[in-house]
Amino acid sequence: MELNLQELNKTEYPIPVELQSNVAITSLSSVYNWGRRNSMWPMLFGLACCAIEMIATATSRFDFSRFGMEVMRATPRQSDLMIVSGTVTKKMVVPIVRLYNQMPEPKYVLAMGACASGGGPFKEGYNVVSGIDKYLPVDVYVPGCPPTPQALLYGLIALQKKIDGQSLSVADDVPWYGVGPSEPAPVPILGPDIIDPRQMDMIRRQAEAAANVKTEEPVYHLNAVRELPALDAEQAVAVAARPKASTAVDESIEMKSFSQAGMSADAIEALRVKRRENALQRKAARLAKEG
Amino acid sequence: MVDMTIPEEQVVTGTIEDAIDKLKQRFPKDVSDDDRQGYSGVIISSDKLQEAARYIKDELGFDYLSNATAVDYLGEGVHSEDHLEMVYHAFRTTGGSALVFKAQTDRTNATLPSVTPVWRGADFQEREAYDLMGIKFEGHPNLQRILLWEGFNGYPLRKDWKEAYYEEDHKPFGSRWPAGHVHRAEEKSVFGKNVNYPADIDLSRLNDVSESTMYKAFGMGVDTEHVVDHNGVQTDQLIVNMGPHHPSTHGVFRMIMEIDGETVTKLEPVMGYLHRNHEKIGERNTFLHNIPFTDRLDYISSMGNNHGYVMAVEQLLALGAKYNPPTYRAEVIRVLMVELTRIVNHLWAIGFWLNDLGAFFTPVLYFVQERERILDFFEATAGSRMMCNYMRFGGVFADIPERIHSVSNLINDRVRDFDTMKFLTEMINERIPRSIDEVDEYLTQNDIVQARGMGVGYLSRENAIDYSAAGPVLRGSGVAYDVRKSDPYSIYPELDFDMVVETEGDMYARYLVRLGEMRESLRILKQLLPRLEYTHGESVTENNSAYSSKVPIGEAYGRVENGKGELGFYVVSAGDKRAAANPWRYHVRAPSFINLTPLGLMSTGGKVADVVAILGSIDIVLGETDR
Repeated sequence: MELNLQELNKTEYPIPVELQSNVAITSLSSVYNWGRRNSMWPMLFGLACCAIEMIATATSRFDFSRFGMEVMRATPRQSDLMIVSGTVTKKMVVPIVRLYNQMPEPKYVLAMGACASGGGPFKEGYNVVSGIDKYLPVDVYVPGCPPTPQALLYGLIALQKKIDGQSLSVADDVPWYGVGPSEPAPVPILGPDIIDPRQMDMIRRQAEAAANVKTEEPVYHLNAVRELPALDAEQAVAVAARPKASTAVDESIEMKSFSQAGMSADAIEALRVKRRENALQRKAARLAKEG
Repeated sequence: MVDMTIPEEQVVTGTIEDAIDKLKQRFPKDVSDDDRQGYSGVIISSDKLQEAARYIKDELGFDYLSNATAVDYLGEGVHSEDHLEMVYHAFRTTGGSALVFKAQTDRTNATLPSVTPVWRGADFQEREAYDLMGIKFEGHPNLQRILLWEGFNGYPLRKDWKEAYYEEDHKPFGSRWPAGHVHRAEEKSVFGKNVNYPADIDLSRLNDVSESTMYKAFGMGVDTEHVVDHNGVQTDQLIVNMGPHHPSTHGVFRMIMEIDGETVTKLEPVMGYLHRNHEKIGERNTFLHNIPFTDRLDYISSMGNNHGYVMAVEQLLALGAKYNPPTYRAEVIRVLMVELTRIVNHLWAIGFWLNDLGAFFTPVLYFVQERERILDFFEATAGSRMMCNYMRFGGVFADIPERIHSVSNLINDRVRDFDTMKFLTEMINERIPRSIDEVDEYLTQNDIVQARGMGVGYLSRENAIDYSAAGPVLRGSGVAYDVRKSDPYSIYPELDFDMVVETEGDMYARYLVRLGEMRESLRILKQLLPRLEYTHGESVTENNSAYSSKVPIGEAYGRVENGKGELGFYVVSAGDKRAAANPWRYHVRAPSFINLTPLGLMSTGGKVADVVAILGSIDIVLGETDR
């Protein structure tokens, strides 16, 4: 979205003719987003192989300074964008989450390459985090191993488009204009294995269950298998006739997502209500905008 | 040329068989031949290991310990008892092949004497064996975990240690698509993550204790009472952490420095922030599967990594009945790729070393231009810019194309459609030499480069050998040791090139070695061009199809001279009685990892700003350091 004068003045507000070349009227969000998307400063922060392609993207042949991103800052305090460029290991995810918490808002995360997106070829490794999105919210995923510089540029342009779509009037889009700074992402702990503080409760219950095998209370369960959408009739019958897992699962227990583990039922319900309201608000705003 | 002759009395020559005979005469009860099928070398009983190691180094002349690694023989058919085994590969710096010796210990109380007092280069390698295999080394100065963190549960490279996402022992996994269902590994774990907690996890004591344990083990601590008086200026002693997030550590590397004013009094490298379990994953992969993984070791020079690995497996294949070595053209293409990779590597190394000296990104921009041109050639040949996955057992994946037309690299470029040989000839005869001459002209006599580089980061000849340094670090310290010359492989014996050696042992010497090696690589490349014309049409891939399934049992150590130094692959194939589908053990002797052993020595006494440049002059890549 370019800010050209004619487009800016196409509003319902009548502008006197003598002022039309001097005054422009637009929405605050447009100006704000225009500034933000064109001065996206990535953090100078390389993890693995993808970092080499990130450097190649910064050099003269591909040159991402054309998009206002040439200023790579070595400190998180001056960065808007964290490009997670490579395999995230358990040992490294602790500093990464800390760095993310130190970045000022608004901040964005781009998962570059297969490893940062989901573990990639090293997913089964004992020291590998299968995707940075297990710990941080990710805005754009760029596939590839490593992504070519063109792919990274495409991802960065996708991020700019995402910023263009954000609105100051919607609290979920720009939470940093809310009541205060948002909660920092919980920093994982290096114990016998990596520990996500959000899952502390689950880990405790697992350990209790393991120590006392005859526990009555079922621990957490997950649907282990996702059905493929396209099954022919024969396969579908076979799938339906497949015996259930022998360990009986208490169906009465409600599934919780990981981010909600440890929250009370009331809090979860409140969160849902709030999200529903926000979605409705967004819809209303969009309808109003479209007239 | 500086006189680099070694005193006569230090030179020990003779074949490996002679050396083994002498060793057996000296220790008749404690040294026995390793007579397992496909194995070589000797087994030394553990209580005489240190004594025998000293004899091997001092009397037999094997002064360079290249590789030390552990293997877990658990429930493995060929060998009757379950045991852990340390394997050492020692070489003479005057050239020749390896003396392989091994020491065995049981799995429950795994303890062996450390060989660190004999070869300091064993330091990090023994720490790695302790970290991943759980072998305790008696007499090691600083035995603690190196790649994982203190407190990690178990020793992951042992065969009975299973990961959270463990599926089966052999790939390809049969469980990935049972009855048309998609399994994501996350969905099998209740935590939705790649984690596995022991049953006795104690959540009440979960503050991160690994840091303070580490400082204590390094013998570091902030001593506020300790004030040093430098001619009236009083300075405190303090600890400075650099990394893992730091723009000058070339990746996720960390150094803990104890400094007095501006002077470094002690430095310990901390690594493992990119430890992505290369070796554990490699044991489940088939032999062929591992080639693309080797690309991701030293991700600047993937072709060189491919070469080392396929050479190791080809040694094993040669033990079998049906084996045809690569054709001549395949060898020529391999060397072509490897030498182009070496140029890329050295351009990158010099560029980022200058970054560390303060020439922020300007030289790099020029070097990357040449690199992009070479990568275009790689992309046209192998299909990928960086991760080439190009070499195969018994050849290469495909011949070089007739024409290069790169469609994916249209940004800022005209559409490329060149005749490949013309493109290569122009690049090798004109573009790259011009670029290297530019580097030489602008940098070699540059005042800043000389002032910052000369006499800084000094590593003596004796220490370079003792600490198992490799590549430009070793040759910059006056040791004439290059695997291409000292233990020749592929078609290097018939090529005319010189080993570049500088005697100063400082950063500037390493820079000169890299510069000289690029010129020598160009000399090799110029000799390859007529060979490419001459062998045109010869097959390069015909031998590979049969080798993708099973490999005869045995052990092999394949090593090449990569840009960063000696890259070795220790591969054990041990399955049923004849052949195995995947490696039993797959170990990488990473030059970036072992070259860091003398970093503390080189940096002590220097300034903080020099440490950054010294690290740059070693030229590490974290994918290879941490694996």
